[in-house]
Amino acid sequence: MRYLIALVLVFLCRAGWAQDWEDRQVFNQASASTTLRIISSTDTSLFSPLIEAFVAANPDVAIEYLVTGTADIDRRVRKMPEAFDIAVSSAMDLQLKLTNDGFALALENVSHPAWAQWRQSLFAFTSEPAAIVINRTFFDEQPIPQSRQELIEALRARPEIFRNRVGTYDVRQSGLGYLFATQDARASETFWRLMEVMGSLDVRLYCCSGEMIDDLTDGTIAVAYNVLGSYAQARAESQDILEIVLPADFPTTMMRTAFVSRASPEPEASERFIRHLVAYQSSPIDGAQSLPPLQGKGQGAEHATIALEPALMTFLDTLKRTNFLSEWENALIQN
Amino acid sequence: MHSPAVSGSLRNRLVLTLIGGAVVLALLFFFAVRNFAVQVAQQGQDNILEASVTSMLDAAAIRGGEVELDLPYSAFSMLSTPADDRVFYAILRDGEFQSGYEDLTFTESLPDKRPTFESSQLRGEAVRQISASRTLVGADKRTEIQIVLAQTQDALSETLDRISRNAALLGVGFFALAAVLSFWASSATIGQLGRLATSVTRRGPQDLSPFKQPVPQEMAPLVTSLNSLMGRLDHSLSQSEDFIAEAAHRVRTPLATVRSYAEATLQRVDKEENREAMRSMVKAIDESSRAAGQLLDHAMITFRADHLVPEAIDLVDLVHDLVLRLTPVAEMKDLSLSLQGDPSVPYSGDPILIQNAVRNLIDNAMKYGPAESSIEITVSALPGPRITICDHGPGFLSHEIETLTTRFQRGANSKDTIGSGLGLTIAQDVATAHGGRIDLSNQPKGGACVTLSL
Repeated sequence: MRYLIALVLVFLCRAGWAQDWEDRQVFNQASASTTLRIISSTDTSLFSPLIEAFVAANPDVAIEYLVTGTADIDRRVRKMPEAFDIAVSSAMDLQLKLTNDGFALALENVSHPAWAQWRQSLFAFTSEPAAIVINRTFFDEQPIPQSRQELIEALRARPEIFRNRVGTYDVRQSGLGYLFATQDARASETFWRLMEVMGSLDVRLYCCSGEMIDDLTDGTIAVAYNVLGSYAQARAESQDILEIVLPADFPTTMMRTAFVSRASPEPEASERFIRHLVAYQSSPIDGAQSLPPLQGKGQGAEHATIALEPALMTFLDTLKRTNFLSEWENALIQN
Repeated sequence: MHSPAVSGSLRNRLVLTLIGGAVVLALLFFFAVRNFAVQVAQQGQDNILEASVTSMLDAAAIRGGEVELDLPYSAFSMLSTPADDRVFYAILRDGEFQSGYEDLTFTESLPDKRPTFESSQLRGEAVRQISASRTLVGADKRTEIQIVLAQTQDALSETLDRISRNAALLGVGFFALAAVLSFWASSATIGQLGRLATSVTRRGPQDLSPFKQPVPQEMAPLVTSLNSLMGRLDHSLSQSEDFIAEAAHRVRTPLATVRSYAEATLQRVDKEENREAMRSMVKAIDESSRAAGQLLDHAMITFRADHLVPEAIDLVDLVHDLVLRLTPVAEMKDLSLSLQGDPSVPYSGDPILIQNAVRNLIDNAMKYGPAESSIEITVSALPGPRITICDHGPGFLSHEIETLTTRFQRGANSKDTIGSGLGLTIAQDVATAHGGRIDLSNQPKGGACVTLSL
């Protein structure tokens, strides 16, 4: 009887656990002796080639890959740091704050340029620009806007076309959206003008890049602002109705980061994975990667890439965040 | 030679003192530099923390009765360090926590409202912490905004490690240099003493003149007393030589008189045993006058050797004259003298000294050579000008060959009464005055050989 209750409890837990995730996949379950639990905001399809290369080289390690939102990663890691070995996220600010707060393990044997790591604990492994993605069918005659300023002009020129047909992140839900928005706001006042214009056109707000691109593809929206370049790229290659524009005025480039949890039960295997991750993304094997590689400094990307520094914590301050969100809501939500 | 009692080494004492001083100085240098670096580095971090907290406080304002604090991005940006130091902060309003890290505590500095710095531990790491506050005056109320900002000290300790390493390297280098210098300095100092000792050792046996080379001031008293000691020694030596020469001279004249009386008496005595006694008497008188002659020779040679005036001579001529003069004496003893060797050996030296030396050597040979034997005198130019005198007597005792040559020193021969020692001493002194030496050997068939190399 007791066993039955325990079994039911375990089952319920597992079921509840499974339901919590956007996606959950286990690699190399059969032959492995240790299991690494990776909590990530990256879609499994983009990350799986990297994992498969790792388990091919390390057959003793199995990987449980759990996908959720960036804000949820922060919440879960803070709550149960021992439940995960590695945290991968696109929200650099949240990752840096987790590291600053002592949740990350310093790895001595990973060699990575100073600008792409923090405290030898947090490692950047992609360079991904925020893009304006446009459905070409709405720009038959008109030129495609190449900057935020041109986008503002294009939206103002034909409000009847774009009403209810522009989309962006809901920064209240998406950690990555919040990061992009705050960095844009730091860079230029144009951001706020664009937000006001989008607000006046009854903007649609999304939690995630994926849904936004789905709606773009089927014509629900015509323009998506601050979409993750890598996600759009994956679609644009197959569907030529999408145009990815990297804003010419000031591009904002994010680096995906990973760290090993300080409470990780498998620090050795985790370190091996991070070494693999960093090496895999730094030395491109032709066409093998589905994630964009880390772009070194000196390739024109440095001024646009968000720096891994304590300043990222500024907008995570509760007072600052409250201020920013109310300003953002004032600009965007006008009804 | 009696070696002096040694207590410690001046050189070691000097080196140890200098090196010990260098160690102390190097350590002092290291700690002074490190201490200074700690202060400077800490001051640097404090300045940045203060600038950061000031920019945060400046961003606070009262708008429409509400306190707002719009954190500037630069406040945290300026806290970036090469070691990626962790940053913690807390914002309080009238002591009530607003945002940031709740485990930071504000430290009040009541009297002057200046920011307070402290070093403490936070989440298991050493941090430097600043507490600063600012009072905002609104329409109806006063509000105090307080900010605590803390930063870990990884970059600071990295900098300190680097400075310490460099300071340690410098200290070690400084020490090594000082050690080398101290070795050099003590060698140079002790070297002066060594040079004085060498010049004392190198002096010829007759040279008792005072030291004239300049010496360091500290060694002047030593040289002065050394000079005065040698002056007294020289004086007493020449006094005793004068005395011996005077005594020999005084003895020789009465001896000649006694000898002539003895000779005359011998002619008149018929009884065989009386004649025998008279002959022994004459022989003893001869011995005595010969010894007196040698003592006179020695005094003369000492004088002449000290003031050597070389002239061009032919050694063969010189020895030939001598042989002619000595032949009658040799014949009286039933000995023959034969001169062999090179026809002519030119040399530059004092003829009187050389003649004296050779005469003494031939005298010795005639003394030891048995009757009916010959004394061979060889003069040769190669390998160097030399005169060899060989007899057919009993030869030298083999153990004496070594000791005789050392017995020729002045003073050592004072134990020697009369005999071959003095003759050899004279020959030795002459050879030394001409930069040569005396070699003693025995002939395989018996008999002694003395070689005078010039």
